[in-house]
Amino acid sequence: MTKKQKKVLIRIITAAILVVVLCLISVENRYIRLALFLVPYLIIGYDILRKAVLGIVNGQVFDENFLMALATVGAIILGEYVEGTAVMLFYQIGELFQSYAVGKSRRNISALMDIRPDYANIEQDGQLIQVDPDDVEIGTVIVVQPGEKLPIDGVVTCGSSTLNTSALTGESLPREVHEGDEVISGCVNLTGLLHIRTTKEFGESTVSRILELVENSSMKKSKSENFITRFAKYYTPAVCIGALALALLPPIINLLLGNPANWQQWVIRALTTLVISCPCALVISIPLSFFGGIGGASSKGVLVKGSNYLEALSETKYVVCDKTGTLTKGVFEVTHIEAAEGVTKEALLEMAAYAESYSNHPISKSLKEAYGKTIDTARVSDVEEISGHGVSAVIGGQKVSAGNTRFMKMLGIPYEVPQNIGTEVHVAVDGRYAGYILISDIVKPGAGAAIAGLKAAGVSQVVMLTGDTKNVAEAVAAELGVDVVKSGLLPADKVAEVERLLALKGEKERLAFVGDGINDAPVLSRADIGIAMGALGSDAAIEAADIVLMDDDPAKIATAMNISRKTIRIVHQNIIFALVVKFACLGLGAVGFVNMWWAIFADVGVMIIAVLNATRTLKCT
Amino acid sequence: MKKTYKIEVDCAACAAKMEAAANKTAGVKEATVAFMPQKMKVEFEEGADESAVMAEVLKNCKKVESDCEIFL
Repeated sequence: MTKKQKKVLIRIITAAILVVVLCLISVENRYIRLALFLVPYLIIGYDILRKAVLGIVNGQVFDENFLMALATVGAIILGEYVEGTAVMLFYQIGELFQSYAVGKSRRNISALMDIRPDYANIEQDGQLIQVDPDDVEIGTVIVVQPGEKLPIDGVVTCGSSTLNTSALTGESLPREVHEGDEVISGCVNLTGLLHIRTTKEFGESTVSRILELVENSSMKKSKSENFITRFAKYYTPAVCIGALALALLPPIINLLLGNPANWQQWVIRALTTLVISCPCALVISIPLSFFGGIGGASSKGVLVKGSNYLEALSETKYVVCDKTGTLTKGVFEVTHIEAAEGVTKEALLEMAAYAESYSNHPISKSLKEAYGKTIDTARVSDVEEISGHGVSAVIGGQKVSAGNTRFMKMLGIPYEVPQNIGTEVHVAVDGRYAGYILISDIVKPGAGAAIAGLKAAGVSQVVMLTGDTKNVAEAVAAELGVDVVKSGLLPADKVAEVERLLALKGEKERLAFVGDGINDAPVLSRADIGIAMGALGSDAAIEAADIVLMDDDPAKIATAMNISRKTIRIVHQNIIFALVVKFACLGLGAVGFVNMWWAIFADVGVMIIAVLNATRTLKCT
Repeated sequence: MKKTYKIEVDCAACAAKMEAAANKTAGVKEATVAFMPQKMKVEFEEGADESAVMAEVLKNCKKVESDCEIFL
């Protein structure tokens, strides 16, 4: 508890004890009773009264301080001393609870985002000294001991270790790093001593950028927040006018009709409505819910850049995914080897790898990787590359040709047609067909489950866009359960496709585009919500997207959607709950069924329940 | 020119009032107050003197919410 909160707590306890004592002893004289009750009333309410007066002086008449001051002063004038003091007392209890809950969730979120490094180690004269990371210049070598956080992005110059990236990505599997590897700040060094040459300033490092992003996310307000702010602006004055009408009109009508006016009864009813109508529950619980939702998402490695995006995500009906790098790993691997009769698979792969050894094409890289052994380039001669077809070379005296079907046709060699999907590399040795190797992009392990998760989270259509050929794209789409697939697209076609879908969708439906942040910045910004994944260390992606997935696991999209839906559900629950209880009590209060004690529940009780409900957003699963 | 300031304010409704007050101050192009992180982001008009504008912003905020604080 802060000093301020403790002070309020002491005031609450003192006033509560005094009220109880005053209720037990009976004082006959009205004025002595009033004087005695004014002591706890002023102890608990002096600041509210002061603010109400200041508000009037400064032209801010209708706020919650004014409501409370008017209601309690009115009650006391009418001789309802206990009620008047109790309203103020419970109002303060509610305010204290609210400020405690807000402070606690603020601390919880900073604990979740506990990635801010406090210092950097620099070696000087053989001694390690701690310096402020802000003072470390680019190119300085910093030392990170096991158990310490990496303060600044850089490159490992000496040492190897494993890093825990869970604070950044939510991924619990440690990452191994060696000399020459790029490392990012915010990770925790687990095992070995690392020397790191910094490549960025602290302010530009990953950890600073992420913290800034999360802290600024509350600045972009959601529709619900704006709605409540506007609502409160008209609501409080409307309620005050309503209460005034309730206090004046019925007695006047009674007088006109020749009945007794019953002033006291109607004024008490009017004061009761004032207490009920305090808008605190609504106003506090909504930003608190969004803050919790964004904080909970950050702890899962999902950075949401604003409450508005979290809100929009919950309305997402269309998810458009890029294929390469998003649903697939974006690296090519040998997936199938089919050797002709009399040729072993190993020999086939060896020949292909040797023939392609001079090429830097992704396909030759994957062949070399699958072969795994070092290539003795002395064995290769007379390499001839036929663009768009393949390569022929003499390897150990044999003429090897490796390439696509067009190449085989050109050479007049009969070839086998593969059953599986992928990029084909046919190999012929001395003019005789030796078999083929299939190379394809590997689907990410969790991609299928991720698409199923999106459907479960309420997405009606998952669209996959790719520049790849039709048969490859359709095979991947079928495997993953994607609804619509568009293949053979150039980057500009992707924008056009997203625009077409944007025009088709309903007004309340949102379209999210998921990409890897490379080359798809235009689409990311064109979609309602741009989601970049695998953004760890990629500034451009963090810049362009609205939601950033720190690692490249597509399952995080569904996680983010679930968090957003839970947050919005809680926001709606709170709005509806608070309004229903308040309007019900207002209606009943106006006709006299609700006394001051119920009014206190409708105000403070509802607020406490709404705040407790809002803090659930933090514990998102 | 944009700057972020740390603030102290007790309730969400008061934060909204501060936002409105800051936005009415001359020299402020746009001000946003976020209650949860307790921050105020101010975009100044071109050529405005920041410290003078912020002093005015603080004064206007104090008017609508006497308990608030902006750490300049």
